[in-house]
This record gives sequence, C-alpha cells and structure tokens, in this order.
Amino acid sequence: MKRITLFSGHYGSGKTNASVNFAVSLAKSGKKVSVYDMDIVNPYYRTLDAKDRLNAEGVHLVVSGFANSNVDLPSVSAESYAMIHDKSRYAVVDIGGDDRGALVLGRFSEEIKAENDYEFIYVLNKFRPETRDIESAFEVFNEIENACKIKFTAIMSNGNLGKETTKSDVLEGLEFSKEFAKKVGLPVKYTGVWGELLDKENFDINNILRLELINYLNF
Amino acid sequence: MSEKVLMKGNEALAEAAIMAGCKHYFGYPITPQTEVAAYMAKKMPKVGGVFLQAESEVSAINMVIGVAATGKRAMTSSSSPGISLKSEGISYLAGCELPALIVNVQRGGPGLGGIQPSQSDYYQATKGGGHGDYKLIVLAPNSVQEMVDLTFKGFDLAEKYRMPAMLLCDGTMGQMMEPVLLNQGEIKTYDKSWATTGTGNHEGRNVVNSLSLNPEELEVWNHRRYDRYKIAQENDVMYEEYLMDDAEICIVAFGIASRVSKNAINQARAKGIKVGMIRPITLWPFPEKVLKKASEKCKAFISVELNMGQMIDDVRLAIECSKPVYLCNRTGGMIMSPEEVLASIIKANGGNE
Repeated sequence: MKRITLFSGHYGSGKTNASVNFAVSLAKSGKKVSVYDMDIVNPYYRTLDAKDRLNAEGVHLVVSGFANSNVDLPSVSAESYAMIHDKSRYAVVDIGGDDRGALVLGRFSEEIKAENDYEFIYVLNKFRPETRDIESAFEVFNEIENACKIKFTAIMSNGNLGKETTKSDVLEGLEFSKEFAKKVGLPVKYTGVWGELLDKENFDINNILRLELINYLNF
Repeated sequence: MSEKVLMKGNEALAEAAIMAGCKHYFGYPITPQTEVAAYMAKKMPKVGGVFLQAESEVSAINMVIGVAATGKRAMTSSSSPGISLKSEGISYLAGCELPALIVNVQRGGPGLGGIQPSQSDYYQATKGGGHGDYKLIVLAPNSVQEMVDLTFKGFDLAEKYRMPAMLLCDGTMGQMMEPVLLNQGEIKTYDKSWATTGTGNHEGRNVVNSLSLNPEELEVWNHRRYDRYKIAQENDVMYEEYLMDDAEICIVAFGIASRVSKNAINQARAKGIKVGMIRPITLWPFPEKVLKKASEKCKAFISVELNMGQMIDDVRLAIECSKPVYLCNRTGGMIMSPEEVLASIIKANGGNE
C-alpha cells in the first residue's frame, strides 16, 4: 500500500465518494489516515458531508474552512502540506474535477514525486456523457495529467447511474474501464460498487471498493 | 443518445438546449449555475454554435435580445443576483415580443445572499422582476430529467406565444446528479415572419422594438400580448397530482420542495393521514383551476417553499381563501427535512396523528 493515494477524474465521476470510502477502508484495516479535500471546483458536494462518518472511523479530515459555507472561494486548507510532511500517516487526496480541479495539485507534485510512494488513480464512469467513449475519456485523462504534472498510475472503474445502478451497469462500466486501461497501459486497481447493491448481488470481481453514499438525498 | 447517462442538472439542461436547436448562448459565471456556462463553452464550438461570456449579465441578456430578434433560439443562464441584473433586458424581451430561454438556478438572497439552494425568486419570476405589464412562462423542474424535458418545453412555449420563458430551478436541481434519457424532443416550427432577417424579396422591413411614442398604440400592444397570455393560461398549464384522489390535506410544492414533500406524504399516509400534493410544473401559468377544484374537498392546504412564503399568495388566490393555507418553509439556503413537512401535515390535520 502506497502512503499517498490521490483520486482524480472528470467531475461527477465519483472522486469524493471514492476518497471517503477508501479512507474508511484503510482506517478499518488499522492504518492512521488523513483525507485531504483539495476540491476547488464543486461548491456543494464535499468530503465535509461525510465528516461524522470519517470522525467515527478515526479518519482526520483536512478541508478548507470555507467548504459548504456561503463563501464561494477556491481555497484549500493550509494544513494540506501535512500530506507531504507528516509521513506517519496515510494520505487520501480528493482532487476537484477535470484539469481545472487538478491544477491545485501542481503545487505539491514535485514533493509527491520526490517521495515516490503514491498511487494516482483516474476515476472513470462510462455513464458520464463526457467520458462515454475511450477517446473523450482519454482527453480528460490527458488534460488532468498536464494540469497537475503527475502521471496516473492506476484506474478505478466507477460505472454507475446513481441510485438506479444495476449489476450489469457495474459490469459494463468495468469492461469499458478495462479497455481504457489497456489503451493507457495501466491496471484497473479498484471497482467501485455501492454497498446497497453489493448486499443484493454477487459480484465476481477482484478489488471491489465498497461505496457508502455521502450526502444521499433520500427524496 | 437513447441510453441513460448520469448528469448534473446544469449540464443536462445545457445539453438539452443544444439538442433543442439553441446555437447561441450568452452567459456570465455565478454559483450554482456555472456548469451551464462551462458546458456551453466546451460544446458550442463543436456544434458550430456560439458561446460568449459577456462582460456582464446586462450585456449577456442584451445579446440574447439581438439573436432572438432574428428568430433564432437564444438563451442565457444565471443565478438570483445575476437574474436581477438581467431583469431590464427580460422586460425588453417581453416588450419586443421575443422568444428566448432564461435559466435561473436560484441561490439564497436577497442581495448577494449565499450560494446554497433557494426558491426565493418566485415573486421575481412570476410577478415581473422587470418593469411593465408582462409575464414569463415559468417552468419548475423537480428532477434532472425534467431539466431536460422542460428546456425543450421552454423554447417551444416561448416561440408559441412569442414571449420569454424561464426555467426556474433551485441550486439542488442544478447541482444534483441523476440518470437521464437525453431524448430528442419535438421541435415544432412557428411562424417567424416578424424576424429581422433582411428584407429579402419582400417590401418594407421588420422592426423589433418595445418603444411606442403613442400611448394609444402602447395600450393596444399590451392588450394584444395579454390576449396571448390568456390563451397560454387556458392551454398550457402543467402540474402533477400525487395521491389527490382521497386527499383531505393538499400540499402545494415545486422543485426540490416537492420531493421532500413526497417523502413526508408517504410517512403521513403510513399514519393514516389523507394527504396529497399538487405540484405546479408551470408556475406561470399557475394551475389555478385544479387547486380551486381541490378546495371543494380538501380541508386545508400547505404551501411548502424554500423562501419566506411567496407561492402561498397564489395558492390563497386560486382557492379564493376558502380554506386555511399553512406555510412550511426554510430560507437562506436551507432545505426543510421530510420530518418538518410531516409536522406541518399533522398540524394541518388538527394535531391528529
């Protein structure tokens, strides 16, 4: 397990959900974990919505003081540097959508690369119109790499249609991710599946990341 | 695309506008609608359309007037404070009898307010906002799918009645992600002999104008427009009824408030309280007739809104104050919980659970 795991991708691909749930799974396996919310793009849905759950699992959350407030500022917490300097903890980093969101990582990229103990994961949902085909998914992939100056090291398949997601959607998403992974020469490291769906269906897939929803509007 | 895709409300309405033949978008960024502009910036060049980020909201709406005058589909989008800035231009669109689509993804107000969701521009959208005698077609989606469907509808009704239409969403509608079918909706064609497309081979010229130097003439114009509004009120009212067959209490709610209400209604029904909902989809024209009819058998109404109580006035007018109308509301960017709505239902039921 690498010390730093970074999640990036097209906005709406499920990065925040992946980050929160991945951090919880690390904490459950007994590791000391911090989540760094580096999202400077999305004003509404943030790691902060999962604060209580993260706290309950002993995960430390580093987030801008302006998140979920009425102050619409693209800011990150000064404590974000702990991601680099506090090597006693695992770091899970949630990066904002697209190249605009990834830009913020550029400031840390040299030090992350120097330590060389990281996984940089491209979260991919084939049911998002702008990453629907290999070509457009590749376009977003390139834009992000160029913006943040770090190369991706793995793919996370997160094919879903929100609460309507079925098992076949997950499998279709995974097939797509595998095809994409082959093109870019990277492994599909995780497949995200919602907890509710995992409890109902049997999945013959390796490395499933169980996703419990955050900020789930039940209406 | 015939398969479902997962989209954010703001993206979905932008894609729907392009599918509806809108090739001219003029905007200015503001949370929580910025994704509309971002999507248009990316997509419009690919479909041979125009995306233009104007220097201000005032400029953007005036660019819409320019394109609309040529008979082409044009749109702009903003959030509450930006719509206030556009209000002068919206009044001019109405005065010039031009179709166009204006999207308001509302945030908390007044003033600069906040970025969290709100429905506090109900008065502004349905009662004027700008100056003069005019109305807008006002459509209130309550799902990402309706963001798509009502965008088509908005362009259609705007052209049908030669008047601007507004998609009135709250921040949650713009920001939430849901699966949608991007169905190619029907695009009807209407007479546009009024459009300023050059004299061609006809004599005289078309003039698009809201200025009249003659008060008698201006009065005639206003009456002519209100005659068309009357037809819209007769023919294009849209609403959804939920469990109204045996309802004794009627909730009236639109947008995200209607979804919270639906949840509360199900909880109340489980307790044996006969409650239903009339959800206006067109806020103008307002579904007056169905509310009036409901007042004959319902003992109370509850207006559920994300504001200090605005639509409640229209509910009272529609039922001619014949029954009590209670208000269940949150404001400033807060959303009521189903439990809060349930408490209102119990109160309207005389405290009986």
